[in-house]
Amino acid sequence: MNHWIIVPVVLPALLAPLIAFVMRHDIVLARSFSTAGTAALAAVAVGLTLMAAGGQTHVYELGNWPAPFGIVLVLDRLSAMMVLLTAVLGMIVLAYAIGTGWDRRGQHFHALFQFQLMGICGAFVTGDIFNLFVFFEVLLIASYGLMIHGGGKDRLRAGLQYVIMNLAGSTLFLFALGTIYATTGTLNIADLAQRVQEIPAEDSALVRVAAVLLMVVFAVKAALFPVQFWLPGTYSNAPAPVAALFAIMTKVGAYAVLRVYAIVFPPETAATGALPAGTLMVMALVTLAVGALGVLGARRLLPLVSFSVLGSMGTLFIALAGFAPETTVAALFYLVHSTFAAAALFLVADLVVSQRGEAADRLVTAPPAAQNGLLAALFFAGAIAMTGMPPLSGFLGKLLILDAVRPSDHAVLLWTAILLTSLLTIVGFARAGSVIFWKSTELVGTGAGAGGEARPRAPGLALAAIGAIMAAFLTLTVLAGPATAYLEQAAAQLHDPADYIEAVLSRAAGGS
Amino acid sequence: MELIVASSIGVLTAGGVYLLLRLRSFPVILGLALLSYAVNIFVFSSGRLATGLPPILAKSAPGYTDPLPQALVLTAIVISFGMTAVLVMLSLGAYLEADDDRVNMPSDEGANPEPAGSPAPGPEGRAEAGPDRAPGRVEERQ
Repeated sequence: MNHWIIVPVVLPALLAPLIAFVMRHDIVLARSFSTAGTAALAAVAVGLTLMAAGGQTHVYELGNWPAPFGIVLVLDRLSAMMVLLTAVLGMIVLAYAIGTGWDRRGQHFHALFQFQLMGICGAFVTGDIFNLFVFFEVLLIASYGLMIHGGGKDRLRAGLQYVIMNLAGSTLFLFALGTIYATTGTLNIADLAQRVQEIPAEDSALVRVAAVLLMVVFAVKAALFPVQFWLPGTYSNAPAPVAALFAIMTKVGAYAVLRVYAIVFPPETAATGALPAGTLMVMALVTLAVGALGVLGARRLLPLVSFSVLGSMGTLFIALAGFAPETTVAALFYLVHSTFAAAALFLVADLVVSQRGEAADRLVTAPPAAQNGLLAALFFAGAIAMTGMPPLSGFLGKLLILDAVRPSDHAVLLWTAILLTSLLTIVGFARAGSVIFWKSTELVGTGAGAGGEARPRAPGLALAAIGAIMAAFLTLTVLAGPATAYLEQAAAQLHDPADYIEAVLSRAAGGS
Repeated sequence: MELIVASSIGVLTAGGVYLLLRLRSFPVILGLALLSYAVNIFVFSSGRLATGLPPILAKSAPGYTDPLPQALVLTAIVISFGMTAVLVMLSLGAYLEADDDRVNMPSDEGANPEPAGSPAPGPEGRAEAGPDRAPGRVEERQ
């Protein structure tokens, strides 16, 4: 058994209490340990990805109990990639939080941050659906703390909504798990995949209920249409580095949908059939429309970015709902890209807010930011990435999605939806950018309170963090070939559950 | 017994959902607590109901009852207890900070980012019936 698989969970789990109890009065020490821990996590994630790239599904049995009886962690190409993405994003966000001093505006930022990484990594590597619930709770409870980091009336109230929404989601999750256990008698994903296939269509009512309940739960996490209301308020009121880190949290929902519905309830299942895919597609389309209209209607920059995240989740799920290797490749490429795009926009928006003084993030003409040109360029790049225009990787992502849904029966509808909402998003971003960066420069000449107080300039570390995201876009664009090749293998592995089931259950069956 | 357990889950869930849809944080917390009770019983009964059977194999007993749901429900209880504590602290913080425990956000986001100290109740606030309508009344009653 390879013990490296559990390191992404154990390392932050050990580091977080250490930071909380030992280093809470020494910010320098906490920063160093948090950075070192995240860097180590990234290194381990690279190693795990290289290990998984070989194509073997690695299984880690906790307590050495064989699969259906004990909890397993499973590492395949998809989960390794997601852990790597988490670690890289965590590193960038941490650098930004340290650079701008966000981590000193409240208590225990670094401890909560490590717990958050632990929950996210755990959700990606677990092979047991109840364990997935536990890791969801871990990442949620850390995110509650991070969400209200720094305090403030609006933030606390938005945080309260976020917590209530997610607690209701957790309750639904437990109802779904109870139903699944009552009908199949197992909670191991691989074991479930076998048992669900054996249920005949006429006895499948409860399984269908459980499948739909689970979908609602994951939709809460991924902010899909009927349950997306928490996202704009949460993201636009959260501290910017936290909002950037939350960019991966919606992807946890997407990952869970992919993992559970590709392995346990694939479209050929007698019990559920095309029900999950069809429902998800409708939810994705409406989410996309809501996101695009929100971008167009937003009167502040942070809600605008939040709604664009909503739109990107809609786009992602249009591809994801195909549940075929080709569409999954496109979805995964867009998933990686949109995570970075959302993070970049939140970080740039935070710099804009900190440099605009009283105007904050409202879309009004106001004295320009101290580094107006630089921020405008970064915002421009982020907006290009988010809306999916060439030359950055968002364009490739949307192209892959459009190409992947071409054989679908509703190709015309999907193409129209994606292209039209892209246009709306472009208009929204262009309007916001021109008001904040271009129209504001005119005020310098008229002297409408341009000078006055000295505006803070962006710290170098913060700019380096945003630069790292831009570098990630470029890497993803230039190396799109190798990246897609890896994702194709990951998707093929995911959509061939026999290999996964074999790897997880082999010891119980063989008795070795 | 099945009837009693099933209807108690149903009643708890109904009460929980009703309270969850209220507009003030205190009933919402109670609603979530009721929902977590309901789900705990639900998970517990997902291993089938049995009386007088041990959760392990024993020679003296005629059978055994499924131990896994009991372990699951223990996890669920611990988590929901912790979550409720966090939620109470958070809503208390939000209440003290804003002098108001309504769940919804201030209606206008954009035109005036700093609303006045006692924001006018939105249309939802007016629609809510009951003695705790006026801001500040909650504190008096506690």
